[in-house]
Amino acid sequence: MTANPAAPLPGNPRTAPGALLTGAEIIWEALAAEGVDVVFGYPGGAIMPAYDAMLKYPGIRHVLVRHEQGAAHMADGYARASGRVGVAIATSGPGATNLVTGIATAMMDSVPVVFITGQVSSTLLGTDGFQETDVTGVTLPITKHNYLVTDVADIASTIREAFFLASSGRPGPVLVDICKDAQQATAPWHPPHGTPRLPGYRPEPHAPDEMLERAARMIDQAERPVILAGYGIIKAGAGELLRAFVEKTGVPVASTLLGLGGFAASHPMSLGMMGMHGEAWVNNAIQEADLLIALGMRFDDRVTGRLATYAPRARKIHVEVDRSEINKLVKVDIALIDDVARVLSAITPRVQAKTREPWLARIAGMKGDSAVRDIQGLPDEGRLYAAHVLHDLWRITEGKALVVTDVGQHQMWEAQYYKHDYARKLITSGGLGTMGFALPAAIGARFAQPGDDVWVVAGDGGFQMTACELSTAAQEGIKVNIAIINNGYLGMVRQWQQFFYGGRYSSTPMRSPDFVKLAEAHGLTGLRVTQRSEVEATVRLAQATPGTVVIDFRVEQEDSVYPMVPSGADLAEMIRRPPPPSPLVETAEDP
Amino acid sequence: MSPHVSASSRTRTLIAHVEDKPGVLARIASLFRRRGYNIQSLTVGRTAEPGVSRMTLMIDADDDTARRIEANLYKLVNVLDVVDLADHAAVNRELALIKVKADVDTRPRVLQIADVFHARVVDMDRETLTIESTGTHDQIDGLVDVLGAFEVLDLVRSGVIAMTRGRESSRPQPNTHVPSPTSEEQQSWPESSTTATPISA
Repeated sequence: MTANPAAPLPGNPRTAPGALLTGAEIIWEALAAEGVDVVFGYPGGAIMPAYDAMLKYPGIRHVLVRHEQGAAHMADGYARASGRVGVAIATSGPGATNLVTGIATAMMDSVPVVFITGQVSSTLLGTDGFQETDVTGVTLPITKHNYLVTDVADIASTIREAFFLASSGRPGPVLVDICKDAQQATAPWHPPHGTPRLPGYRPEPHAPDEMLERAARMIDQAERPVILAGYGIIKAGAGELLRAFVEKTGVPVASTLLGLGGFAASHPMSLGMMGMHGEAWVNNAIQEADLLIALGMRFDDRVTGRLATYAPRARKIHVEVDRSEINKLVKVDIALIDDVARVLSAITPRVQAKTREPWLARIAGMKGDSAVRDIQGLPDEGRLYAAHVLHDLWRITEGKALVVTDVGQHQMWEAQYYKHDYARKLITSGGLGTMGFALPAAIGARFAQPGDDVWVVAGDGGFQMTACELSTAAQEGIKVNIAIINNGYLGMVRQWQQFFYGGRYSSTPMRSPDFVKLAEAHGLTGLRVTQRSEVEATVRLAQATPGTVVIDFRVEQEDSVYPMVPSGADLAEMIRRPPPPSPLVETAEDP
Repeated sequence: MSPHVSASSRTRTLIAHVEDKPGVLARIASLFRRRGYNIQSLTVGRTAEPGVSRMTLMIDADDDTARRIEANLYKLVNVLDVVDLADHAAVNRELALIKVKADVDTRPRVLQIADVFHARVVDMDRETLTIESTGTHDQIDGLVDVLGAFEVLDLVRSGVIAMTRGRESSRPQPNTHVPSPTSEEQQSWPESSTTATPISA
């Protein structure tokens, strides 16, 4: 993203190049030059000069969070929903360390976020001054890059570099730690623009033509190919290119959790999600495949199961912009180190048009096997199942909502039952698995997509980790709808305890506050659902109610997510839902 | 034993040119620690080019791991280029200072050993000899091993520094070198086995 510094946002001052500004003012000038119109943050001693200067920049909205972790997740949610760089700001010491979980979350999922932290004055650095923490040291392994700025003259160019690094190549978080005295000193403002000079940074590798050609021949020769579509498809904006490739080659698409929505779930060639809680037929198809075409994904252990037996008959083509991901876990036959959109547009004209009917028929057979046991065809018998709630939410919102999930059972049920047809409409912490992510990320996403119907889907445990941000939503007048899938347990851990720890529920039963009253205490609306028959009316009421609405869905307490590949097991060794009399069966295609 | 050290691991030398900025050494150390890569030795020093430092890293790694180390080093914004000397003929050298207990009786034997290894005596008193030796890592190992027959009182090794042989610069030229990715690396791994030149002086 190269901003046009000549076009300030409405409300920001028109500063002439060369004008003498404080470092604090330069921070906001530089952010405005990047096109930033919202930042999420929390003031404190070492960042006070910047907060004071911010008052001169009304074109940038500041969202006051209740905990800096919330600011980090909001900036992350904003970035994921928009594709632009999110910005979070905090003070030194505890302010900065509170960001750490959010920075690590963004790092694991390659999300472009710029973090700006205040630091003690340069004269105090290294003296254990009040609220001094070595934040560049702390965040070194969880940022794409970070900076400590001690000189006012470096602020503008450093912020330009931070935005460039965060958003180019494989995106990621970049932290800029700025000493208080650098914020207070003055320097002439020279808007930096264009590509910064970073001699050691090469974000745009290109796969040579002969390798594209070899990959095309490998695809032509395959009889049982499967595409593994990751988050890279969404980041590269390559959804349409993928569809064109699939429709020409007849290769079915399995998605990672973060890849959901990159290829429309309703497309006949979409198989669904792979991995630990993937559909049985998807994992079986991968294990039977003779070719895997991995597009912008990194063979996470939640995706592969036991590596030694992963897709044993398949050759592998890995399209990935980050060279260090090649052969990290799964040895591949061809690596195309390049942008996934460029590879798809270059390779589609080179491959043969095929229908691959025998292979697709075989997969359809596997699907049919599960479809007869579809949970949605079965009665709820007066109980409220999370799977039904998610299915109904999908149906009522016509699959068009922007859903932000937390981490745990509800996250997997959402991935299984909310069929995402659109990119950037599912936001979830896939790599780090950060509980407490959903509510703040949804608030950030709301700023990126003001027209969307934004839904938080969270468990009762994760919701309480960042429930303080309800207060932020109330103060900022933000509307998000919050579905708490409340089963009174830390459900996913309880499920593992049931399966793998002899049913000993160590510290997983959880007593929660009355979520309806909690919402009301914030001046928001709280609703409760205990029967499936109430779901639709309540969802519609939430949509029609101004302001943030919390719905407490009191679901079955000891339900589990099926199928499940135990950690480290062969992908085909799935724990299936027990047969009736249990009224529930596992996920399948919708009727 | 690190997960990255397998039967096919061997010692190899990487040269990295880095920007001479605060924290660069910490970034590289952090990378090796976090990914569980083993460093045998690491030397850092300035180069003829202002603002550029040179690191020589001796590591234990198989070919796949070495490629990933190289790729991860390239991901560090301050790393300018990386050369794996397994792909080049190279000179490598290490400096050692060894203080050995040597009295009137044993001194001739220690001096004889030093002579065989082309090492110099740089200090001496009634009880000890201090020997300076320059050679390959293996040659230093050999000298230290032989001197083990006496009492080694103090030992310091500089870590290996290395340079490609002949006209070739160890510093790839910015315009000719395509560090990431080369067409060879884009190709299939399982079949390709890099024929590495043994590192020897």
